[in-house]
Amino acid sequence: MKTFALLATLATGIVLLYGTGDFAPWGDPASPASSHVSPGYIEEAVEETHVPNLVTAILGDYRGYDTMFETVVIYCAGLAVVSVLRRSRS
Amino acid sequence: MKQLQERFGQNPEGDNLIIRTAVRLLVPFIQLYGMYVIVHGHYSPGGGFQGGVVLGASFILLALAYDLKTSLRHMSEGVNVVLGNVGVLIFVGIAVLCALLGGLFLDYEALAQIIPMADEEWHSLGIFLVELGVGLAVMSIMASLFWDLASGGDMEEGL
Repeated sequence: MKTFALLATLATGIVLLYGTGDFAPWGDPASPASSHVSPGYIEEAVEETHVPNLVTAILGDYRGYDTMFETVVIYCAGLAVVSVLRRSRS
Repeated sequence: MKQLQERFGQNPEGDNLIIRTAVRLLVPFIQLYGMYVIVHGHYSPGGGFQGGVVLGASFILLALAYDLKTSLRHMSEGVNVVLGNVGVLIFVGIAVLCALLGGLFLDYEALAQIIPMADEEWHSLGIFLVELGVGLAVMSIMASLFWDLASGGDMEEGL
């Protein structure tokens, strides 16, 4: 079983490493990540939200759904720890 | 834990006048800085998550330098639980309120029906309110995670 797990891990790792070969070069302005929505954010975020900090504007407004569930995940983690560990004195 | 307390019970390693005084003087400034990081997230690096962690760390620092009881005296457990729930409720409540008022989920512009303001200003204010909720939730969860893990859940004694 351990050999199988090792082989499966190695195979997945090789496939992932092979996949990185198709990545855009680091900082490439023509890559999809920096040519699709990023220019729109950079040009319009300050006008649309009046927030000079782009990170906050994206985190709280454009990606508000993501941030909301990040908060819910943290909340659930705390809830789980409290409900498992917390016990009263008696 | 018991053995450690017996060995260092008389003169625990952390029981140090310098550390206690430094922490007592520092904690108010750490909390002020945490609030600043939350509120100033629009203009500088920071926001709800970071500021909440700084606020939560101030209570953990109190527990480390003094003991768990002192930390719980500064922020009682009940208030902490209420603040955490209110924090998440602020975020989800604003999102649902936007949807109920006819906008999209988390579309802050819909809130202009309550307080008339320009769309951009509501975006800015909405982000601030949401970050406030995140900060409260993160602070409460940080502190309660530490208290529960350090004391094994009984809040009697711990680090």
